[in-house]
Amino acid sequence: MLAGYPLLSLSIWVPIIAGVLVLATGSDRNAPLARWIALLGAILGFAVTLPLYTRFDPLSASMQFTELARWIPAFNIHYHLGVDGIAMPFVLLNSFTTVLVVIAGWQVIQNKTAQYMASFLIMSGLINGVFAAMDAVLFYVFFEAMLIPMFLVIGIWGGPNRVYAAVKFFLYTLMGSLLMLVAFIYLYFQSGGSFEILDYQRLPIGMTAQILIFIAFFLSFAVKVPMWPVHTWLPDAHVEAPTGGSVVLAAITLKIGAYGFLRFNLPIAPDASHYLSGFIITISLIAVVYISFVALAQSDMKKLIAYSSIAHMGFVTLGFFMFNTLGMEGGLVQMISHGFISAAMFLCVGVMYDRLHSRQIGDYGGLAKKMPIFAAFFMLFAMSNAGLPGTSGFIGEFMVILSAIKVNFWYAFLAATTLITGAAYTLWMYKRVVFGNITNPHVEDMQDIGPREFSFMAVLALAVLAMGVYPKPITDVMHTSVNNLLAHVAQSKLP
Amino acid sequence: MTEMQKLYLLVPLAPLFGSVIAGLFGWAIGRTMSHLVTIAGVAVSCWVSWIIFQDVQAGHVFNGTVYTWMTSGDIRFEIGFLIDPLTTMMMMVVTFVSLMVHIYTIGYMQDDPGYQRFFSYISLFTFSMLMLVMANNFLQLFFGWEAVGLVSYLLIGFWYTKPTAIYANLKAFLVNRVGDFGFLLGIGLVLAYFGTLDYASVFAQAPAMASHTISIIPGQEWSLLTLICILLFIGAMGKSAQFPLHVWLPDSMEGPTPISALIHAATMVTAGIFMVARMSPLFELSQTALSVVMVIGAITALFMGFLGIIQNDIKRVIAYSTLSQLGYMTVALGASAYSAAVFHLMTHAFFKALLFLAAGSVIMGMHHDQDIRNMGGLRKYMPITWITFLIGSLALIGTPFLSGFYSKDSIIEAVGLSHLTGSGFAYFAVVAGVFVTAFYSFRLYFLVFHGKERFPVHDSHAHGHDGHDDHGHGHGGTPHESPWVVTVPLILLAIPSLVIGYFTIQPMLFGDYFKGAIFINNDLHPAMEELAHEFHGAGAMALHALTTLPFWLAFAGVALSWFFYMKRPDIPAAIKQRFSLIYAILENKYGFDTFNDWFFAGGARKLGNILWRYGDVKLIDGFFVNGAARVVGWLSRVIRNFQSGYIYHYAFAMIIGVFALLTWFVRAA
Repeated sequence: MLAGYPLLSLSIWVPIIAGVLVLATGSDRNAPLARWIALLGAILGFAVTLPLYTRFDPLSASMQFTELARWIPAFNIHYHLGVDGIAMPFVLLNSFTTVLVVIAGWQVIQNKTAQYMASFLIMSGLINGVFAAMDAVLFYVFFEAMLIPMFLVIGIWGGPNRVYAAVKFFLYTLMGSLLMLVAFIYLYFQSGGSFEILDYQRLPIGMTAQILIFIAFFLSFAVKVPMWPVHTWLPDAHVEAPTGGSVVLAAITLKIGAYGFLRFNLPIAPDASHYLSGFIITISLIAVVYISFVALAQSDMKKLIAYSSIAHMGFVTLGFFMFNTLGMEGGLVQMISHGFISAAMFLCVGVMYDRLHSRQIGDYGGLAKKMPIFAAFFMLFAMSNAGLPGTSGFIGEFMVILSAIKVNFWYAFLAATTLITGAAYTLWMYKRVVFGNITNPHVEDMQDIGPREFSFMAVLALAVLAMGVYPKPITDVMHTSVNNLLAHVAQSKLP
Repeated sequence: MTEMQKLYLLVPLAPLFGSVIAGLFGWAIGRTMSHLVTIAGVAVSCWVSWIIFQDVQAGHVFNGTVYTWMTSGDIRFEIGFLIDPLTTMMMMVVTFVSLMVHIYTIGYMQDDPGYQRFFSYISLFTFSMLMLVMANNFLQLFFGWEAVGLVSYLLIGFWYTKPTAIYANLKAFLVNRVGDFGFLLGIGLVLAYFGTLDYASVFAQAPAMASHTISIIPGQEWSLLTLICILLFIGAMGKSAQFPLHVWLPDSMEGPTPISALIHAATMVTAGIFMVARMSPLFELSQTALSVVMVIGAITALFMGFLGIIQNDIKRVIAYSTLSQLGYMTVALGASAYSAAVFHLMTHAFFKALLFLAAGSVIMGMHHDQDIRNMGGLRKYMPITWITFLIGSLALIGTPFLSGFYSKDSIIEAVGLSHLTGSGFAYFAVVAGVFVTAFYSFRLYFLVFHGKERFPVHDSHAHGHDGHDDHGHGHGGTPHESPWVVTVPLILLAIPSLVIGYFTIQPMLFGDYFKGAIFINNDLHPAMEELAHEFHGAGAMALHALTTLPFWLAFAGVALSWFFYMKRPDIPAAIKQRFSLIYAILENKYGFDTFNDWFFAGGARKLGNILWRYGDVKLIDGFFVNGAARVVGWLSRVIRNFQSGYIYHYAFAMIIGVFALLTWFVRAA
């Protein structure tokens, strides 16, 4: 029935159109209507992505669900979409997260509700565009346009220091991506006037040029991931962002950076990738080890989870640059899993913040008594964040550590310290927030989660557990694309 | 799927089902239904384990996959079962002790508001432990390994408002994670060099890898198998609380007593022992690793025993005893007496679970006072608890004919026959340990059940805990015997504590029960083979023991504790005065807790703070990010000066420019 439908276009434009409709409801007088349209739009947006999984051919390494139309013929720019086994899961993850974000903001956002919901819907469409774009200019447009709604979300619905955080976020990421544009223009001329990403991947390039291209892409993606030492925008952005903003930031936006490595750095500059792999591995390991200790020192829950995100994303880049199947798939699995877990963790903080209006660990304590259901969910997500087997948080780290040990014992040794440090910062925070006696009288008045909050917690809990118990359906769609990419990266592109 | 395979699945899934029902719907179905459904789950599991045991005895060993968890590259990660004699023995021990503890819990936790949650946790534990022992590959082993750690964490912190409990559970989890860190690296090396995580294929390839070396530090060639075995053993050290990762176990006593019996005595802490026994085909190929195992075990066996002598909390005495007994099992592993280690694991599971549950009964009788200085003469008030506790203690110290005797004596003999580096020290430690064990066990026994009644009759809540475990209300101050749900499990555990050694030593140690499950290189490690030659039946072994040193050491330990604590209580007090330094060292548990808190916990927090304040805030944000912004601001201020808006500034600049150009052209011409 769905054959012939432009599924990728739908996944991009359904949320964007829904977002425009939400905007059309206007002021906060129509907030209830705005919410319902937003929810319908988000669910519909997620529904149209489902066939991408069910109808995906896992045995094909080529781009699937492709759409091609001329856009700016003068420069040979096309509206060209397509996904492979690497990009497809993230379209689903993104659309899924959008539904959660709409539910999470349901009652919490009372100010400019329509604009808030519309920002997220439009952002969702733009992010799907990033993952689906096959044309460099199209990619660049989505990549930059996506910053705008996030900038607004932080800058309008954020905390007291929101302007500093929003500007820092915007400048950091924009600065990174300008060099990417330069790289695209260089590649455009080198390839004889093409903006097709797949053409770039086949283009022979000399070593110096490869290194420069690698660095240009690296700067834009490393900021997004974020990798140490260009990570400092993330904790600030998270702290100031509203819950929904943090969720999308952690669950999706960070993944775009890592995705960029696989779509651009590795295939376009394979020789440079090998040449610079030691450098990437080093800063990935610094992210895992150094950032974990930094996380331990945080007293603000959102900062702690933000630092934990950076450490977890270190596994992603580490896995990619092991240049073996286990490592690369481990990195991808870690990205998906982190999408669930970081979303869940930020939603947990949001639930607490909505009640007590504080993110300080020290203001809590003894929550288990007042909010037992919440405490149980939070425990599950905390354990998953600490990489407990049987939850999704385990798989990616496990795969990356196992793949690293083949390459160098000490990579695995340093990466595996997360077993200890990850558990330490997560569970220590949990202990101080949830266990113990109630010391803050306001905690006495806290109510356990209601049906709305229960719904998104339960969905995420199921996702985390299902993936932990049976990750095969997720890795199966990746195999062909990952092996194809690895085979491509193994071949020199030097002319 | 055959009928038997369905039964294999049923064993772990029945407790999981009970756990999910009690955990998610406990609020709806109520207390009685919750305990019924979990007990039914474990009972089914126990009964099916027995059927499987008989099936395996008939020669039906199973090794197969349940489902493929994931594939990546050419590696398949699978969930599967290995059902062999070692597994079935563990399954029966786990499910039987778990069943006893489930029943006991009805009495022990009857007034606790977290009743359903507790049942859900202990059933979840049973599931996890069964997944661990039934695994046929390292992935599932690691899953079970961490899952039991999770449940242990949840149960130590069961009374989550108690500061000591939530300190202890975090500590337990983190110390276990240190062990798991090594364990995971060991598993990683297995995968990297063997290309599979499946036990059978790893073991099959192991002999060919015996001489393989790797160089993880440039210029140093290490035997691959030694490295793998030591890393795996680090995992065992965490889970089985071996020195220096033992620090979490005594603190774990903050949890409710039933779980101290189930998790921190009988089953989970023996996972490390089980794992090493399961890996015997690997450990047998590395003399160095076996020596490490033996020495670590010997240190634990002896030095943790000493600490038991000075404890005054009834549960902590038994906890240190557990540490020491785990040390015995580890020594046996090092001596390649895997079957003796597993045999001791089994007997210990019965008599130590018995001791803990009896101690829990005492604690209930004492209205939740755990200080043995406030007890005394309880045998009058709690006859069943008294007799069963005595049986447990006698089994623990190795009284001939009781279960503990057979296992412990076999370990001592096997260590005596070992020629590995460090076996001399280990032999000394396990023999001296016999005296220490007898001394602290009977110190505890005499102080609790004999002598003067020291409990305060009216002030029964002097040591009461907060709100949770106060079912002593309204009972007055006199100790009382516990209800039948408590005493029946005690009796059912006392029976195997008495006799199981006598009946099973022959097949388990000297017969071929473990054939195919445990591998010993008899040329290099002939201890068990030599022991088999000397063995002439269980009865003869016990009679012979009456003439050997360990028996008389145990006897001396009992006699001395009687003399010290019943006859002349002034002597221990005097010793405490006279040797205050030694006492202080023991009191501080050799300083490990202080050091760990200061160095690891404090150091990590301090390091984190320094990295954050100086690395992130000052250097990256302060210097680079905001510095870049400042440079841009400064530059724009400077450049702004050129756009002053005064016409004569611009005119001046133009004239300067014209002169400059003129100079250029003139020179060029």
